[in-house]
Amino acid sequence: MGDISYPSVQWTLAGLFAVLAVVTAVLWLLRRRYPERDWRELTDRTNSWWVLVIVFAFAILVGRVVSLVFLAIMCFLVLKEYFSLIPTRRVDRRVLFWAYLAIPAQFYWIGTGWYVMFLIWVPVYMFLLMPMIMVIAGETKGFLRAAGSIQWGLMICVFLLSHTAELLASPDDGNPVAGSAGWLLYLVILTQLNDVAQYLWGKAIGKTKAAPSVSPNKTVEGFLGGLGSTLVLAVLLAPVLTPFDVLTALLAGAIIAFAGFFGDLVISALKRDLGVKDAGSLLPGHGGVLDRLDSLAFAAPLFFHFVAFLYY
Amino acid sequence: MLRLLFFALIVRPVMALVVGLNVRHRERLPTAGPAVVVANHNSHIDTLGLIALFPLRLLSRVRPAAASDYFMVTPLKSWISRRLIGIVPVDREALSRGEDPLEPVEAALDGGAIVILFPEGTRGEPERLQGFKKGIAVLAERRPDLPVTPVFLHGFGKVLPRGAWLPVPFFCDVFVGEPVTSPGDGDRDGYVAALGAAMTALAAEGRFPDWD
Repeated sequence: MGDISYPSVQWTLAGLFAVLAVVTAVLWLLRRRYPERDWRELTDRTNSWWVLVIVFAFAILVGRVVSLVFLAIMCFLVLKEYFSLIPTRRVDRRVLFWAYLAIPAQFYWIGTGWYVMFLIWVPVYMFLLMPMIMVIAGETKGFLRAAGSIQWGLMICVFLLSHTAELLASPDDGNPVAGSAGWLLYLVILTQLNDVAQYLWGKAIGKTKAAPSVSPNKTVEGFLGGLGSTLVLAVLLAPVLTPFDVLTALLAGAIIAFAGFFGDLVISALKRDLGVKDAGSLLPGHGGVLDRLDSLAFAAPLFFHFVAFLYY
Repeated sequence: MLRLLFFALIVRPVMALVVGLNVRHRERLPTAGPAVVVANHNSHIDTLGLIALFPLRLLSRVRPAAASDYFMVTPLKSWISRRLIGIVPVDREALSRGEDPLEPVEAALDGGAIVILFPEGTRGEPERLQGFKKGIAVLAERRPDLPVTPVFLHGFGKVLPRGAWLPVPFFCDVFVGEPVTSPGDGDRDGYVAALGAAMTALAAEGRFPDWD
């Protein structure tokens, strides 16, 4: 599982660095050509991308345990951002402490290959445990809101996002082309490309707002442009990282584009409800980690079950 | 040396990963002593978080003022406070004995220290701003060239409120303001009000979720 010796995995990571280098060079030229314009957000964004790609490449290449620890830390940062963002009750401090402990447990099930436990840990056991601890604390004011919002965060930040780790921990023989790391790379690259492409297409030709009351930046044209770009890259990357034929790659790309679009919108709705623009400030130019990973959280379980259904 | 290792190997990694600091206007922090940083006080760990903001080469100069009647009562507490945290011990009862409670702070400033003060006097109710006491105005009045940098902290009281022993991870906000020097006109209430206004303005830069 997570064998790192597949050359296509290494080539793909090298390709990511090449793309970033080109983007950085173009941005540098643009900054010199038009120094009067404000390039700060794009520069911040690109710098954050460098950090993300370097950390991600390191985590994938060093070995399976390191990759799982890295993904567990990712879940922790997202959950911490969520708990820092939402209104919480003082009396639930202890509940939140236990909620964080769901992460090491979840990754233990993944690391030891206990598949059923991976599937039911958050939706069954944590769902039961959280209100049990809450009733011991005894405060009933705001109980439903607290219980609901804590479980919602666990589902998104731990359960959904940890499907990336379950993909990586699945047996390599399901993907003879690039091993289980191939699945993860394919998913992450397409999700992130879909975000960027949606943003760029929306800026370039976006007119029809897709969900004006949730996010003024989301347009139908942006979504379609993102979908088209993602489908093209899904087909191009498929022979490098997956055993997909063209039709399977198109289906996978469509799943990722749809899930990514709605993941982004759902977190936008959450932020609008709370009256904030960004979920955090860990990634300059992007906002918080939740802002960067919202689409991945929604795409990961759907892509995982798509792959599990076809190849395992 | 011990203090350097404590901050480099324990405090900074914990602040970076377990807590997570969102610092705004870090460049406004003093880069040399003598200087004073004033902050609101919600938790023991906001002291550690503030010290950890400074580069390690300045660490030996950064010292929080702390009540000696609280931190120096047992040998262990005293050792931790002096050797690891590096406090400037302030005796809250000194005034009633006719002594100057600011004397140890002034001595540290004379030695070029960056002293962290919590003019609310106590940690109080977590995540509620309290009025500043007047000691800071007396200090600023005696040293008209002393930069006093206000820092607004949020979140540390959620991580480890007064009376709790179990830390719970939350991102914490640290907003640094412009230094406020004393006009030296003897108007202590005016100076404290100016600092308080700076704190309120800093707090208004963020939007903080309910916590009750």
